[in-house]
Amino acid sequence: MEYVTNFFLPSAESTYAANVDALFHFINIVSLILLVGITIAIVYFSIKYRRKSQEDTTPLITHNTTLEVTWTVIPLILILIVFGWGFNDYVEMRTPPADSYEVYVESFSFGWNFEHPNGIVESNNLTVPVATPVRLIMRSRDGDVLHSFFVPQFRLKQDLMPNRYTYAWFEAIRPGEFVYFCTEYCGGGHSMMNGIVHVMDQDEFDAWTEDELGRDLDALPLAELGQLLYTREGCQGCHSTDGSSRVGPTFAGLYMAEREFTDGSTRIADEDYLIESIVNPRDLVNVGYPNNMPTFYGETLSERELMGLVEFIKELQ
Amino acid sequence: MAEAHSVDNPRLLHHFRNADQQFSSSKLGMWLFLFTEIMFFGGLFVAYIIYRAWNPELFTMAATQLDTMLGAVNTVVLIGSSLTIALAIRAAQTDKQKMIVNYLLLTIFLASVFLVIKYFEYTHKFDMGIFPGAYYTFDGIDHPKANVFFSIYYMMTGLHGLHVIIGIGLMIWLVIRAKIGDYSSQWYTPVEMCGLYWHIVDIIWIFLFPLMYLIE
Amino acid sequence: MSASSTTNGKTLKVRYFDIEENPTEHYLNAETGLKSWLFTVDHKRIGLMYLASIALFFFVGGVLALVLRTELFTPAENLMTAETYNRIFTIHGAVMVFLFIIPSIPAALGNFLLPMMLGAKDVAFPRLNLASFWIYSIGALFTLASLAVNPIDTGWTFYTPYSVQTGSAVILMTLGVFIMGFSSILTGMNFIVTIHKMRAPGMTWGRMPLFLWAMYATSIIQVLATPVLAITLALLIMERTLGIGIFDPALGGDPVLYQHFFWFYSHPAVYIMIVPAFGVISELIATFSRKTIFGYWAIAMSSLAIAFIGSLVWGHHMFVSGQSELSTVVFSFLTFFVGIPTGIKIFNWLATMHKGSIDMKTPMLYACIFLFLFTIGGVTGIMLGAISVNVQLHDTYYVVAHFHYVMMGGTVMAFLGGLHYWWPKMTGKMYNEFWGKISAVIIFIGFNLTFLPQFIMGSQGMPRRYYSYIEQFQTMHQLSTIGSYILGVGFVIIAVYLAHSMFRGQKAPSNPWGARTLDWMTSSPPAHHNFNYQPVLNNGAYDFHKPIADFTLGIAEDDHGHEHKGEPVKQQEQNA
Repeated sequence: MEYVTNFFLPSAESTYAANVDALFHFINIVSLILLVGITIAIVYFSIKYRRKSQEDTTPLITHNTTLEVTWTVIPLILILIVFGWGFNDYVEMRTPPADSYEVYVESFSFGWNFEHPNGIVESNNLTVPVATPVRLIMRSRDGDVLHSFFVPQFRLKQDLMPNRYTYAWFEAIRPGEFVYFCTEYCGGGHSMMNGIVHVMDQDEFDAWTEDELGRDLDALPLAELGQLLYTREGCQGCHSTDGSSRVGPTFAGLYMAEREFTDGSTRIADEDYLIESIVNPRDLVNVGYPNNMPTFYGETLSERELMGLVEFIKELQ
Repeated sequence: MAEAHSVDNPRLLHHFRNADQQFSSSKLGMWLFLFTEIMFFGGLFVAYIIYRAWNPELFTMAATQLDTMLGAVNTVVLIGSSLTIALAIRAAQTDKQKMIVNYLLLTIFLASVFLVIKYFEYTHKFDMGIFPGAYYTFDGIDHPKANVFFSIYYMMTGLHGLHVIIGIGLMIWLVIRAKIGDYSSQWYTPVEMCGLYWHIVDIIWIFLFPLMYLIE
Repeated sequence: MSASSTTNGKTLKVRYFDIEENPTEHYLNAETGLKSWLFTVDHKRIGLMYLASIALFFFVGGVLALVLRTELFTPAENLMTAETYNRIFTIHGAVMVFLFIIPSIPAALGNFLLPMMLGAKDVAFPRLNLASFWIYSIGALFTLASLAVNPIDTGWTFYTPYSVQTGSAVILMTLGVFIMGFSSILTGMNFIVTIHKMRAPGMTWGRMPLFLWAMYATSIIQVLATPVLAITLALLIMERTLGIGIFDPALGGDPVLYQHFFWFYSHPAVYIMIVPAFGVISELIATFSRKTIFGYWAIAMSSLAIAFIGSLVWGHHMFVSGQSELSTVVFSFLTFFVGIPTGIKIFNWLATMHKGSIDMKTPMLYACIFLFLFTIGGVTGIMLGAISVNVQLHDTYYVVAHFHYVMMGGTVMAFLGGLHYWWPKMTGKMYNEFWGKISAVIIFIGFNLTFLPQFIMGSQGMPRRYYSYIEQFQTMHQLSTIGSYILGVGFVIIAVYLAHSMFRGQKAPSNPWGARTLDWMTSSPPAHHNFNYQPVLNNGAYDFHKPIADFTLGIAEDDHGHEHKGEPVKQQEQNA
C-alpha cells in the first residue's frame, strides 16, 4: 500500500495532506472498480454477443426504469460523498489557526521573496519551523503577472496576483527540504521559478534566525553581496551562472566578452556596460534575447548593490 | 401571414418545402441571432455590474460628467426610430411600396440624428481629456479608477454605436431593394428581420441610458 | 404499393423507393472545378471542406505536440529555448482547440450529416453555412499570420496580465479566434433552425437520431457561450491597444474577472467538443450492435442536461485562482452534477450492447476505445472536481492528462469512429478494414502510453507548461514521449489507407452497416440534393427490429409542387 501511495503521490508532509490523500485514494479505488466493470462488460459483450450471421436479430429493449434509476442514484450518492469530503478538507485548508507564524510572500518574474515577521528576507528559499502553522500572505509584485505557489508535499497551492493579497497556510509535520514550484504560467522563466522550503526543528530554526539577523550586509564583501542579490532579486530566473542559455544571456564568462546588440552595434562587457545593462536594460538588447528585462533595478538597488552584482559577474569567468 | 406566402412564391428557395417553412426558419434564425447579441452585450453588462458593485461611489461621481439631456433626447430619437421601422414593415404587409421607402428613410434619418448627438458627446469628452483607459487625463473626478468607468462607457456605447451604423447600412440596402419593388405582402422577410435587429439596438440603448446617465 | 402516413394532421400519399447503388451522378461530380467547391452551398461539400481543413490543422497541431514531447525527453535544452517552447505549446493548444476540435465533429461531420439525417435537402441557410466556412478560414488566416509575425506565448487561455504585457502577437491571434467564434455561432444557429424547421414529414423529436440531439445541445452552447468569448477577446484586444483597465491590474482591472469571462465560454466549449462525440458514439453502438438504443430519451435529454449544467460550472477552473471560497464550493458542487448525465450515457451504451449482435468493425472498435478512455477522462474529472484534491492537482500534468483523455480519448476517438463509419457515405469508397483495426490498436496503445504517465507525474507534482523539470519526473516524461511517437505512427497509417481508399478503395454500397437512420437511405455518395425523393418517417431511428426497406418511405407525388428544377425524379416502385 505504501508503495502504491508513493507511486501516485509525493510523501505527505503537512497536517492536512493525509486527508487529501485519503480522498484521492478513495476516488481512485471507486473509479478503478467502475473502469474494470465497464471494461469487462465491453469485452464480455463483444465476445458473447458477437455477430454470428448477417441475419441476426436482437430483442427490442427500449429501456428499463429500475436499472436506469439505479445507475443514476448510486453515482449521485457517490458524488455527494466526494463533494462533502472534498469540501470538508478544503475548509481545513483555508482556515489557518489563529496563532500562525506569518510570512509575506512576494512573487515576481522570475523569483520569490519571503519576508519573516522579524524582518528577515529570504529569496527563493523559505525556512520555517516544524510543527508550527505557517500562514502565507501572498502577492505578486506591482505590475508583474500571475504566479502560483505550489508545494506538492504539503498539498498546497495558491495563485498570486499583483492587485490583491491571497492566503494559504500549512503546518509541516517533520523537518526536511521540500521543493516548491510556480504553477501559474508566467513566461520564459516559468519552469525555473522553483525553490526549496526548509523545514527545521525549532532549535535549528532559532539558530538560523539568529544567524540571519546578525548578518550585516554592509560588511559583506562585494562579490558575496552580489551572489546574495543574484538570487534575492530574481536574476537567476533568467540568467544562469553555468553558461546555459535561459531567458537572458548567461553571466558565466560575460565580463569583458564582446556583446552584439539588436541595433547592430557591439560593445565589450566592462563594468560600465554591466551597470548600464542593469539600470537601463532595454536600451541595448543582446541579439537572440527578448527585450523584457524589468527596468526598476536602477531605483531599487543601491550603488553598492550594483557594484556587488558586477563583482559577482566578474568572478564567473 | 401564412396565406400570403403562397406555394408559387418565386422567392422560395429550393431546399424548403414551402414558403411558410422558409419564413418561420428565417424568423427563428433571426431570434437566435438577437439572442447572441444579448449575450455579446451581456458580457459588458456583467463587467459594468461588477465594477459598480466594487466602486459604487465612482459610478455616481462619473455619471455627473455625462449629459443627461443629450442622453434623453437620444432615447426619444431611438424609440421613435423603432416606431418608424415598425411602420415600414406594416407598409410592406399592406403593399404600400412608397411608404416602405419613406419610413425606412425616416428611420435612417433618426438613426443619423442619434449618431450626430453621440458624436458631440464624444468630442466634448475628448476635449476634456476623458479618454478610455490608459489615455485618460481628466482630473475632475477624484477616484483612482475613474478611467475604468469611462472604458466601460466607451466600450458599451461604442459597440452600440457600431450596431447603429450597421443598422443604417442595412436600411440603405433595404431602401435600394424597396425602390425596385422587391418587397410586398408576398415577401418582406428582410424588412421584418431588419426591424427585429433595430428593435434590439433600441432596447440595448434603453438599458444603457439609465445605467450610464441616470445614476444618483 | 401505396400507403398513407399521417403527420401534423395532414395525410400524405407515400410509397417505398429503391436506393440507387453506386450512382454515376452524385454530389461529388455534380459540378467540377475549384470554384464549385469554394463557392458551393451544398452542406455536404462544405462538410468535406471543413474536414480537409481540420485534418490539416490536426496535422499541424500534432506535429507541434511531437516537437514538445521531444523537447521534454530530457530536462535540458534539446531542440529549443524556453521562449520557443512556450510559443509552441501555446500554438499547439490554440490550433487544437480553436482550429481543430471545436469545428471537428460539429462542422465537418455535422454539416455533412445533419440535413441528411433529418431528411432535408440542405441546412436552413445554405449561404450562411458557406459564409461560416469562409469566416472560419479568414480567422484561421489571422492565426497563421500571428505565427508569421511573432508567435504568441501566453498559453491558449490568454490570461491577463501576461497577455497584456508580452511582446508576442496577441492581437492577431485573438482576432483570429474572435472571427472563428462567429463561424461557430453561425453554424450553431443554422443547425438549431434546421433541426426545428427542416425535419422530414414524420420525423418527430422522438424519432430523431441521437446524433442530432447531441448536435442540438452543442448548437445551443455555441449560440449561448461563444458571444461571451467574443466580447472577452474584444475587451482583451482593447486592453492591449487602449489600456482600458478592465482586466489589467496595472490599470485598475482584475485578472480574476478575465478568468471568469474566459471560462464562461471555455468551459462550455469543452462540451461543444465532447457532446457531438456522444452523438457519434450513440450511432455507432446502435448500428454495430444492431439493436434499439437503450434509453433513447435518457441519452437525448442527458445531452441537454450536460449543456445546461455545463454552462454553470466554469469556476472549477479557478479553485486556487483567488476567487472567493464560496464560489469555489458552489462551483465544485455543481461540477459533480455533470457526472450524472455523463454516467447515464455510458451505462446506456453498455446496455445497448447487451444482447446485441455486435460486429466489431473499425468504427465499433473506436467506440469501445472511446468508452474505455472516456471513462478514465470522466472519473479523473470527478477527481479534479473534489476541491481539496484539486488544490494538489490544479495546473499539473494530471490536468493535462485528464483533458487529453476527454478531448483526444473522447472526442478524437469518436471522430475517428465517425469518420470510418461515414467514410463510405462521404466518398463512396470502403476503407481498408485490416489497416483500420491495426491503426486503432496502435493508437490505443500509443495514447495510453502517452497520457497515463502524465497522470502519475501530475499527482506527484509536475506542473504543466514547464519547459524543464526536476530529475524525478524524467522516466515518466520519457515514457510519455515514446508513447506520443507510437500515437503519431497510428495517425500516419490512417492518413495513408484513407487516402488510398479514395482512389483505389472498393465501391461502397448505400448502407454497408445496415443502419436505420436516413443518412443511409440514399446512395453512396449521395445525390446532389441528398435524396431522390422526399423521405417520410414511420419508424424510430433505431428500430432495428424492422426491415431496412421500411425506412425508405417517401412522398409518392410531391403535392407541394416544389421539386428542384432540372432534376428528373428517379422513382421505381418497390414490390411493383
